[in-house]
Amino acid sequence: MARELLPLAKGQLLDEELELSLGELCRACHMELEELEEWLAEGVVEPLPGGGRRFAAISVRRVQRARRLRDDLGLNAAGAALVLDLLEEIEWLRQRLARFEG
Amino acid sequence: MEYKDYYQILGVSRDATQDEIKRAYRRLARKYHPDVSKEPDAEARFKEVNEAYEVLKDPEKRAAYDQLGANWQAGQEFRPPPGWDQGFEFHGDFGGGDFSDFFEALFGRGGFGGFGRRARREFHARGQDTHARILIDLEDAYHGATRTVTLKHTELGDDGRPRVVERTLNVQIPKGIRQGQQIRLAGQGAPGIGRGEPGDLYLEVAFKPHPFYKVEGKDVYLDLPVAPWEAALGAVVKVPTPAGLVDLKIPAGSRGGRKLRLKGRGIPARQPGDFYVVLQIALPPADDERSREAYRTFAAAFPSFNPRSSLGV
Repeated sequence: MARELLPLAKGQLLDEELELSLGELCRACHMELEELEEWLAEGVVEPLPGGGRRFAAISVRRVQRARRLRDDLGLNAAGAALVLDLLEEIEWLRQRLARFEG
Repeated sequence: MEYKDYYQILGVSRDATQDEIKRAYRRLARKYHPDVSKEPDAEARFKEVNEAYEVLKDPEKRAAYDQLGANWQAGQEFRPPPGWDQGFEFHGDFGGGDFSDFFEALFGRGGFGGFGRRARREFHARGQDTHARILIDLEDAYHGATRTVTLKHTELGDDGRPRVVERTLNVQIPKGIRQGQQIRLAGQGAPGIGRGEPGDLYLEVAFKPHPFYKVEGKDVYLDLPVAPWEAALGAVVKVPTPAGLVDLKIPAGSRGGRKLRLKGRGIPARQPGDFYVVLQIALPPADDERSREAYRTFAAAFPSFNPRSSLGV
């Protein structure tokens, strides 16, 4: 079978180093500015230190997950923030556990 | 097409109240939500639970479904009886979209989300963003890599029926990527409607389990077996890291469990992670007379050594 040559899809890495403005974060997560500002106040997502309204691109994942938790499970902002914090802790604990269970 | 027992899926009886149905749905939705659940088939179960709830939460749809009768078994080959739905009227568009053939045979294709949505005339909208998880090797995060990713999605065929389509992407994995981070591929999501732009594809990466490296955030751990004399007397040993072999100095007098840090040899980044070597004392087997004699000599050299002194025995 002939292998077709696929074009290389070069994506953008959404990590801690890439910075986004509030508007860019809104667009990436398909949220209205007002709504995201409310989530900011509830701690669903934290701006980078320095007092500005800049965000690490890794926040995109947090906001997207919060949106799904809201839409699918009916959580409000405070509930979604709590769930996300707990999920992050569980992920970290699972990684540690994997180290000790070999 | 297979009959789906929506009551069984939600774990409720056929005479359950609407409140019971809602509670059962909420519980299962929490259990199988793909962002929360670690069940291997969470996504499929979540869809199934949503489909069941879509029908049973709505008294009109529930009554129509009940009219099929209670004698069907889940998975049984199903064909709707002619005229079964006469006298029922359904309202509203269906939220989640992407339901089973069985659902669509009964209730039509209400809301077909994502790929292949039929375009209405003069209606334009951006395509949905899509998400997928991919597994990569830890080494890919050290060096960067190009990986072929096969993704499945559902779209409407020319005959109007949904079908599963595979597509393959060649994706550049950037150096320094870590578990939980996403790669955004602009324009690789669901196609737009009309002249709308396509959505974006988000690939969330996770590492394949490695036989000896363990990852914690951006730090990487390795259990390193050492001989008792290497730990006691010190040694320089070869240690594998995802970036290649390094020579590691084991300080004299090391105990089992000692953690040695190779600074900055974890996952690369502007502030790279660290690589930790955890010493494990490996005992040579005493399986012939010579080695047993060596252990006896060893013991004779430490007449007052009590490994259990901390336990008070």
